[in-house]
Parts: sequence; structure tokens; C-alpha cells
Amino acid sequence: MNDTALQYVLAGIVVLPLLGAVGALLPAPPGLRGRNPDQAVLRHGVTVTGAVLILAIVLAAGFDHDHPATMQASTDLKWIPALNIHIHLGVDGISLPLLVLTALLTFLCALHSYFKRPAGPSPKAFVALLLVLEAGTLSTFAVLDLMLFFLAFETVLIPMYFLIARWGGAGREAASLRFILYTLLGSVIMLLGLLLIGVKAGTFDMVALATDNGSSLGHSTQLLAVLAIGIGFAIKAPMWPLHSWLPDAHTAAPTVGSVLLAGVMLKMGTYGFVRIALPVAPDGMHTFAPYLAAFAVVGIVYGSLACLALARKGAGGDLKRLIAYSSVGHMGFVLLGIATLTPTGVNGALFANVAHGLITGLLFFLVGAIKDRYGTSDLDRLTGENGAALYGRAPRLGGLLAFAAVASLGLPGLAGFWGEMLAMFGAFKPADGLSRPTYLVFTAVAAFGTLLTAAYLLAVVRRVCMGDKGTAESGQPVLSDVHGYEFAAWTPLAALTVLAGLWPAALLGLTDPAVRSLLGGS
Amino acid sequence: MSIPVTGSHASSHATGTLAADAVGSLVQSVDWIAIAPAAIPAAVALVVLVADLFLPKEKKALLGWVTIAGLALAGLALGPLRAGHRKTFCLTTDPGECSYAADHFTVVIQLLVIGGALLTALLSMHDMEKYPAGEYWFLLLSSAAGAALLPASRDLATLVVALEVTTLPAFALVGIKRGDRLSSEAALKFFLSSVAATAVTLLGVSFVYAATGTLHLASIADGLGDVQPQLATLAKVGAVLTLVGFAFKLAAAPFHFWVPDTYVGAPLPIAAYLSVVGKAAGFSGLILITVIAFEPYADVWGPVVAVLAALTMTVGNVAALRQRAGFAHSAVRLLAWSSIGQAGYLLVPIAAAAYSDDPQHQIGTTVAYALMYAAVNLGAFAVAALVARTAPANRLTDYRGLYANRPLTALALAFFLLCLAGLPPGVIGLFAKVAVFSSIVGTGPAWLAVVMAVNVVIALVYYLRWTALLFAKPEAGPAAATGAADGTGTVSGAVAGAVAVAVPATRTPAPLTAAIALTAVAGIVLSGVPQLVLRYASGALL
Repeated sequence: MNDTALQYVLAGIVVLPLLGAVGALLPAPPGLRGRNPDQAVLRHGVTVTGAVLILAIVLAAGFDHDHPATMQASTDLKWIPALNIHIHLGVDGISLPLLVLTALLTFLCALHSYFKRPAGPSPKAFVALLLVLEAGTLSTFAVLDLMLFFLAFETVLIPMYFLIARWGGAGREAASLRFILYTLLGSVIMLLGLLLIGVKAGTFDMVALATDNGSSLGHSTQLLAVLAIGIGFAIKAPMWPLHSWLPDAHTAAPTVGSVLLAGVMLKMGTYGFVRIALPVAPDGMHTFAPYLAAFAVVGIVYGSLACLALARKGAGGDLKRLIAYSSVGHMGFVLLGIATLTPTGVNGALFANVAHGLITGLLFFLVGAIKDRYGTSDLDRLTGENGAALYGRAPRLGGLLAFAAVASLGLPGLAGFWGEMLAMFGAFKPADGLSRPTYLVFTAVAAFGTLLTAAYLLAVVRRVCMGDKGTAESGQPVLSDVHGYEFAAWTPLAALTVLAGLWPAALLGLTDPAVRSLLGGS
Repeated sequence: MSIPVTGSHASSHATGTLAADAVGSLVQSVDWIAIAPAAIPAAVALVVLVADLFLPKEKKALLGWVTIAGLALAGLALGPLRAGHRKTFCLTTDPGECSYAADHFTVVIQLLVIGGALLTALLSMHDMEKYPAGEYWFLLLSSAAGAALLPASRDLATLVVALEVTTLPAFALVGIKRGDRLSSEAALKFFLSSVAATAVTLLGVSFVYAATGTLHLASIADGLGDVQPQLATLAKVGAVLTLVGFAFKLAAAPFHFWVPDTYVGAPLPIAAYLSVVGKAAGFSGLILITVIAFEPYADVWGPVVAVLAALTMTVGNVAALRQRAGFAHSAVRLLAWSSIGQAGYLLVPIAAAAYSDDPQHQIGTTVAYALMYAAVNLGAFAVAALVARTAPANRLTDYRGLYANRPLTALALAFFLLCLAGLPPGVIGLFAKVAVFSSIVGTGPAWLAVVMAVNVVIALVYYLRWTALLFAKPEAGPAAATGAADGTGTVSGAVAGAVAVAVPATRTPAPLTAAIALTAVAGIVLSGVPQLVLRYASGALL
């Protein structure tokens, strides 16, 4: 496919969800009214996100896989000359997987909501917000102008806030407010950093800035810029100790919100590090990399310990909260990979990014399904004395949960393995100029973290999946096993987890050349 | 109040133009096209005042339409001035020294002022039976004339006169609710603090005149360069004192105390007017004296304005955050405090101008931000006026569930609030803030950028709370209990609830709908094409 056609495809991917959001608020036209307005609007959501997914697949198919380091499907239009802001879109090997992942997860979420109407006010607003959220995340990965990136970064805040605050569970008001304030503070500080880069370098164009590789920015400017934008990305990622908005937001969010929050929105932070901080301010990154790595490994251990504490019997741990904390640990690996400043580490980070999106997305779907069936996601109430015996009571659900859990702990052959291994591999031999002994310590701590990860995930599997079927069923309603629509929503994620585990080259082949060019053409 | 027009060699307003040919060299020529945007509202004001005497009571509504037509005409009169190079009231001895300049800056601010007054008039139309119509429209037009004159003034005397012409009618407008204790108290508070500020400004002007011997802004800048050493302190004190009066109009902290009570006591459209046109008068005057007249003293007023900006935004936002949703008039009170916070953002580029080699460029950012703010803030007030029809107490809780009753109005208000907060979908609000940030990043004081960043986050809390309230489930109030399907104004609280029951689902008055629609369309168009206002942020206006 030629590049002009791809341009329109990419523009369509960004614009279509926005148009769909407006369409969701309008009354349905005759012929599309469905059984009732609610059903019609939920179907509208599935149609639009499905169309976006098809466009994303077309984009991936038309993408020139021989040159993943060059920007493809580029569009560059003047938008606000006064601030030197362009509408500059394009994809390369780094953003393409994330675009497809976003389109896929959003489609699966829409599909899931179609069959299982989210509990809360009218689905009309739900679909509109979901589509605005999709537009924001997709454009974050598609834009190549710093100010447009900021706009896309901000676009997701309001829809996510309302998704949590209106369709969420207990404690949603406080959790959603905390989420939006935390991330807004981060992004406003990030804006200062982006403006500093733009003012000093004279352009907001990410491609030009990356080509420039920081040569037009002085050392102190780079330090300040990396500090400011780093705080913004670290809050979004989230990096310990700036993660405290995440567990509450996840616990309170509806299933779909959790899936998108973990699967897509956290990636915006790490993507920003790779796309902006690494190539635009390499000196600044070089200075801050050891600190970033230190925080990352603390996050790995901290996340795992928090999960272990939650998984203990009698701790009253919430399963959603546990998976949220496990995200802190997993994103720690991503940040560690980035902080090595090596192609190996950054590739590992990008791989772990996508793998985490698939696996944690699946996990949140599964936990949502368990919560729907039991009415609670409290581990102690779920498992009672002798375990919930999901294997016996709902074998497919139990099997999938066990599958997702071992994928999450990084079993070789599944997606979770490669990213974390490459990140640690990168940390074993960090970029020139970074203190190797320090990074060796980081590698050891991260490796210890993988052990802890295995410990808590296996504990969860033991308590939720295993147990005595007879005692678990006493006084409990009969559990329904996996429904057809749930299969439809989960199978793609499970299949991709296996595929990425068995054939990592498919993804690494895309990211590696792009990463090498971003790191300065080495 | 003494008005030092006659004492100044600079001004000879409109007097004696008939005799221009006869006296020739002594009388300044007048370019009527250039002064039309300020002169038309003044003329229409007189027409309205006289017509009020002859119109029977039931036809008083006509006065409102005359006002609106007059303001629209004044807006059209801006058309020929777009080129922005006209000057008038120039000295006969020195044609370069003019008291009135219709440059780009003037034209943009006049557009803002006239547009703001027009929307205020639209907001007022539905409520006129409460107020004496003739006086109301006369005062509004007079104040608008003053505010239109202000950005064009290029000497201190004209500037002070314009400021007073803007403010004096506003006192009366604030207190126009006859027999309303709150209204009279608001007017008195406004009057006393304003007069004090003006007196201080006049003192400052006299100091500056003493030090430089001129009132023309451009000559002051030249004169300040070589002030006699013993007068240097006098000149500096004069400069700071002169700023005070304008900081007061802009409601910059610590001169903001009059704002919340005045806004609550005043008729709602007048509160909207003060929050937009009053502020425009304040900051345009501030820009003129800082960037033109006191340019050599940038190192003095730069830090002062920066501190004022930080203080103003923090005070405004923190106080807005502390507003209790259930208290009477909490919506207007919140808008009042938030307008103080916004005034802080308006000051930031002015402060940045002091640190920049290209001050003209920076103040354009203030103008661009003000245009955005004017459109969306008037929109928010328009929705508040609409809600006040069914819930006179105008508490924030009265907005609960607005989406269920009036979906479009609720969406419009949500859009306005998010524009003020600067978050998508309010794209224009976001980029206006980006422009303000970019004016200080790199050159200006970095601490101000950080203070503003924190303030943006604080402001989001209260804007978002209000927005969330619009979409919340309507509370089961007494009105809903009766099973009324429309449930208009299902408000909590017995008193307001009783009112809501008594008032049936009224139709929205057309002028109010027009005001909301106009501002919403302006906001949406600007969000798609931010360049329309942001272009002022990149070009020299003065």
C-alpha cells in the first residue's frame, strides 16, 4: 500500500473515535435503533471501535516492515502557527504495536460492555467517553508534535475520570479525583519541560528533535527538561513512589476502565520516555538514568511485596488491588529497561510494555468476571477457608486465570518472559558511562523481584483456583463458566500472549531498528 | 472626584471641533472613524436615557433592543480600523504625540469590550422588569464606552478618565436592585474600595507628571530615561502607585476583596460584565502603563507584577476551592473567586514582558487569553443566569442533574468549565494556558511557572466538581416526589424546592439562549481553530 493511503488510514484511526463519540450522543438514526436505545448505543460502540481496529490492522499490514525505523504514513499540517504547533502524525516500529494494542483492547472492551452492560448510569455517555478515551490514547501514540502529544495526553483524563467516578465501585469519587489530580499535576509539569525543549530548540517537531539528538540543547536545559517531563511520565507509568494513585483507581474502576488503564494508559508514560526523553535529551537522560533505574527496581520489589501482603490469608486483600500493585512491579521492569539506555534494554522495555498490556488486560477481565460471579473481589471472602476451587467449579475460568497468572510471572514461552529478561539483560550490561556495578546490583534486585512475583501469583492461583470443591460450593450459588462473549473478548489476548512468547522476533524486529535510530544511530 | 482633563495640555475631547477651521493650529483634529467604537455606545447611551422619558412602560423592552443594536453598530465600526494605524487627538505642536490610538491592541480589546457588553445585554433582557430599564441601559452603555476608550488612551489623563467612566456607572449598576440589602452593600463596598484605589492612582500619576513633565505614555518612557537624580525615587513610587488602580480593576490580590460580595450582590449580568469587561479595562490599562510608559522601569514592576500574579491566582483558586456547594449564591461566588484566579493567569505574560527583549510579543498572550476567557466565562454566567430563573439561590447543588433536564445547557456549561480549567475537550482553554506558560518558560521567572502549574491543578478540582455535579443523578427532591416527569429544577432544600415546584417548566428566553449559543459556538470554533485568537500571542499589537 502506498504512503498516501496509509496517511488517510492513520488520520482515520485518530479521527474516527472522536466522530463516533459525537455520534454516540446523538439519537440513533432510523434503521439503527436496535432493540432499545441502550443496546443501539452499545452496538454503536462496538461498530466504531471495530472499524478502528480494522483500520489499525490495515495500517499494520500496509506498514513497510523493512524500514521500521523511518516514520511512515506521515502527515504534517500547520495548525496553530502562533505557537508553532503542527498536526504531525506518523508511525514507526515503536508506536505501531502500541497503536494496534490500543485498538484491540478498546474493541474488546466495547464488545465486553455490549454483552455485559456496565452497571451505572446511561450507556450512552459510557460509549462516548470510551471513544474519547480511545481517541486520546491512539493519538498519543500517533502524534509527532510535542504540544499535540500533550493535548493527547490530557484528552484521556476527563473520560477516564468519569468512567471511574460514574461507573466505578466503592470509593470511586475519591479514587477518581485522586487519579485526575495526580496525573494532571504530572502532565502540567511535563508541559513545562516540553515547552522548555520547544523554546530552546525552536521546534516542537519530535522527528526533527530526535534527529537533532539533543545537540541544540545545553546540558542544564536537558537536565531540567528531563526532570520535568520525567516526573510527568513517571506519574503516568507509574514509578514508585509516585504510584499511589494507581491502586485506588484500579480498585474503584469498572472492569473496562481497569483494562484500559492498565493495558493502554500506563503505556503512555513509558512510551513518552522512549519517544521523547531518550532521543531529545540524551545527556539529561544519561544523568538521571541511574536514579530512574533505582526507583524502578524499588518499584519491582515494592510492588511484589505489596502483592504478597495482599495475597496472604486473612489480609483482606482485594484481587483487583493486587493486580494493580503487580502493575507497579511490571512497569518497574519497563522503566529499568529504559534506564539502561541500551538497545537491548529499551527493546525489552517496549516488549514488556506490550506484554503487560495483553496479560494485565486479560487479568483484569478475568478478575472482573470473578467479581461479577461472586459479587466481591475480596480474596478472603472469595476463598473462604479452603480456597475457591475455581478449577472444580468453573474449570475454564480457573484455567484461564492460571494461564494469565503464569504468563504474568514471566514463564518462558509466554509474552511476559522476553521483556523482563531483556530488561535485566540490558541492566547487566548498561550503556557506556553508566556505572556497571550499580546496575549489577539493580539486576540482582530485579531478579529477586521476579521470584517474589512468582510467589504471590502462585499464591493467588492456589487460593482462587484450587481448593476443595465440596466446601467451596456450600452455601454459594452455582457458578457459570466462561460465557461465549467472554471467550470472544479473552481469546485474542490469550492467543497473542502465546504468540508473542513463542515468536518474539515479530515484535522485536519492529522495535529494534527504531530503537537503535532513537538512541543515536548506534 | 476630580477629573484632571482640563488641567492637562493633552486632552481636548470633542470640544470645539466645530470651531476647528477657525482656530486651526490650537485645536486638535478629530478622526471620527477612529473614535467611533467608543463614541457610538456613548451616543446611544444618551439616546436611551432620553427615550426612556417618552416611552410608555410596556414598551421599555425596546430600549434593550436599541442598546443591543447600538453595541452591534459599535462592533461593526471596528471593521474599518482593522488595519490598526489610525491615531487622533494628536498635539498640534507635535503630531507624533497622540492621546488616542486605534492600533491592533486597541481594536482587539475594543472587540472584547463591545462583545462582552453585547452578551451582557443579552443576558439582561429577560430580567428587566426588576430594574429601571432606562437607567440600566444608560449605565451599561456608558460603562462600555469608557471601557472601549481605555485601551485607546495614550496619555495618563485620558486613561484615568476612561477608567472612571468605566467604573462609575458600574457602582450604580451593582446597586441597581432596589430595596435589596445585599445589592446596596455590594455597591458601597465596590465604591469605597474603588475610590481609594483611584485616589492612589491619581497620586501616582501626579508623581510621574512631576518627575517627567508629561502625561503622554510614550514621552513618559523617554522622560523616565533621564529623570533628575533627586526625582528618581518619586518617579519609581509614582509608577508603582499608578499600577494600583489598574490592579484593583483587574481584581489582583491584595486588591480583590471587593469581588465576591460585589458579584453576589450585583445583578447576575452585571457580575458577568465586571468579570469580563471590568477585567479587560484593568489589564489593558496595566499593559499600557507598564509596557509603554514605564518600560525603562521594567526591573521595578516586573517582579512586582510577577508576585501579584502568583498571589492573585493562588488566593483566587484556594478560595474557590473552599466554597461550600450548599451555601446560597455559591455558584456566583465560585465564579467570582475563579475569575480572580484567572486574573492571575492574565498577569503572567505582563510579568514575563518585563524579562523579555520583546515585551509587545508577550502582552499579546494576555490578550489572547483574555479573549478565550471572555467567551467561556460569559457563557458560564449565561448558564448561571438560566439556572437562576428556577433556583434563585443559585447554589452549586442546584446544578445537580442539570444534564437530565437540559442536556444541551449542561453540556455547554461543562464545556465552558473545562475551557476555564484548560482540559480537553476545552482545547482553546488548554492552548491559551500553553501560550501563557510558554511566555514565561525560558525567559521569565521559573518559580512563577511552577506556581501556575500547581494552580492549574488546584483549579481543576473545583471546576471538575461542578462539572461532575451537572451529570450526577438528580436528587429526589420534593418536586420529583410528586412524580413530575419533567422534574425541572429538582433542587434540594425545602425553600428552593418549594420555589421549584411553584415555577413550572418555563421556556428559556430567546436572548439567553442566544447568549449561551453564541459563547458555545465561539468556544467550539476556537477549539478547532485556536489560531484565531492565538495569533495575537505571536504578533506585536502595540
